[in-house]
Amino acid sequence: MYMLVEQAMNGLQYSALLFLLSAGLTLIFGIMNVVNLAHGSFYMVGAFCAAMAVAATGSFTVAILAAVVGAGLYGLIVERLVISRLYHREHLDHVLATLGVLLFTNALVTMVFGRSPPFVAIPPMFSGSVPILPGLNYPIMRLAFIGAGVLVALGMWFLISKTKVGMLVRAGADDSETVEALGVNIRRLFMLVFALGALLCGFAGVMAAPLLAVEIGMGEKVLITTFVVIVVGGVGSVRGALLGSLLVGITDTIGRAYIPIWMSHLLPPQYSDSVSSSLVSASIYILMAIVLLVKPRGLIPAQR
Amino acid sequence: MNRKNLIVGVIFVLLLLVPFIADVTSNSFITNMATRFVIYALAAVSLDLVLGYGAMISFGHAAFFGIGGYVVAIIGFHMDAGDAIFGWAGSHSALIIWPLAMVLAAVVGLIMGFLSLRTSGVQFIMITLAFAQMLYFVLVGLVLYGGDDGLSVTARNVMPWIDLEDPTVFYYVCFALMAIWVWVCRRIVQSPFGMVLRGFKQNERRNINLGYAPMRYKLTAFVISAAGTGLAGALWANYALYASPDMAAWLKSGDFMAMIVLGGMGSIYGPILGAAVYLGLEQTLTAWTENWMLFLGPILILVVLYAKRGLFGWLAGSKNYD
Repeated sequence: MYMLVEQAMNGLQYSALLFLLSAGLTLIFGIMNVVNLAHGSFYMVGAFCAAMAVAATGSFTVAILAAVVGAGLYGLIVERLVISRLYHREHLDHVLATLGVLLFTNALVTMVFGRSPPFVAIPPMFSGSVPILPGLNYPIMRLAFIGAGVLVALGMWFLISKTKVGMLVRAGADDSETVEALGVNIRRLFMLVFALGALLCGFAGVMAAPLLAVEIGMGEKVLITTFVVIVVGGVGSVRGALLGSLLVGITDTIGRAYIPIWMSHLLPPQYSDSVSSSLVSASIYILMAIVLLVKPRGLIPAQR
Repeated sequence: MNRKNLIVGVIFVLLLLVPFIADVTSNSFITNMATRFVIYALAAVSLDLVLGYGAMISFGHAAFFGIGGYVVAIIGFHMDAGDAIFGWAGSHSALIIWPLAMVLAAVVGLIMGFLSLRTSGVQFIMITLAFAQMLYFVLVGLVLYGGDDGLSVTARNVMPWIDLEDPTVFYYVCFALMAIWVWVCRRIVQSPFGMVLRGFKQNERRNINLGYAPMRYKLTAFVISAAGTGLAGALWANYALYASPDMAAWLKSGDFMAMIVLGGMGSIYGPILGAAVYLGLEQTLTAWTENWMLFLGPILILVVLYAKRGLFGWLAGSKNYD
């Protein structure tokens, strides 16, 4: 029972990370119709900036600032230099150009920060653990991560359904040509959305830095999972991204914890190891395949 | 003879002459390098069939490359251990194993294509990517076959009367297979089937209204392409004497795409040039700096933004570009 609760909490924490990354990406897909493989790079840039800031100042607040500003600025530069030239191109061009950005960023980060950045310790404010159930302690850092995810989800909800910018974003996801025809500077909206996505990535990077390894290529690993989230949730909808993050995050975490146990009951030991480790990694893709068979456009698609 | 045929002729004559050049300069590295060009060209040409003609942006072709490689490696592994594979005694013969690799890649391509082609656009890219990644993780999880470290192959497959262990002979076999595949792909794109496929790229709705069901045509092209990439994977495992999950990693699919774009998409011949340029760039830039991606990334971006027809399109001229 405790194990289930603990794993569910870990699942929520992973979902929070996935949501921070996919909320921006799904908007970029949905509104700008741009496939962005470089999205994970902003997450990496954020984490490296945070690691450097912690090493220089020792303050986690400064690290958050450094990560958000660093990733946001880098996102803005990439948007101006590369992405803004791609809006009316086909998807293949997006894929290849952003692949170029990804490869370039990996090399650039290696050159600027080195291969192994300083270790980021859990800040004193979030260190230790608290009991969430009688007899079950849970690390505060992970709780803070979940809290950050919830805050961002609420913020996004407010931004998208209550503000004028959000109205334009929703309208843009529905039909960007009409929005442009109505006299809205759609290019500026695109730039804003892209920078917001990069900024959220940077925030995810700083929150993940004390929990996960900060390394070159950390963005690519999580990027594909983010894609799965978006496909499951439906391209272009933030609500879809939230639902997708929760489904994928919890499926993955629970699968990692329980599939080996179930398999060891079902199969002889010489096969169960191989089968379960393959099945564990494949679980979210199986989830995606099932969702697609039932709903090819995802669970909550934005466009009609 | 127009400019395009001339360029194609020069490419093939040069590739044919590689072992002689290596002989004259007594530099066996050239043959090795050219073998790599040809194997990657085989994969890139296959991908061009779906990407350049069918407008299906498959980001999952590394999966087929990996499958081809692992067919060779796993059969070799069981032959070495002396046990049967699902009751089959196994074989060293390339004439059995290589077609098997193609068939297996085609079957996986059929399943993957059938599921992925239910969607289009952005979703199609992400789904093919996700399927390839799934296979990657399955391969990493196969502890019996080396898991993360991959599986080494003790000896190349054998062919009657042909000694594949000899680098020059192996090069010519790879070259011949690549040339045959290029010919097959040219025949496909010029056939009525190929015309329909190109029709879907130009205007899907018009094509549907003309009475062509998209799934059938696109799936067939996808499966053919998967088989070609599987063959390339089998050749690679024979060349490198090694198969690892990295063969199926998503960045490998990115490599194939980069080759197509550098060479020129939708021409079948372009990717041959692209493979040579890409691997050549990698070779020269890594000799120069460890962070060679710092240059490759911008090159890729510039080619995409400003030189869509690639090297082949530039050489052959816009009139003759297929």
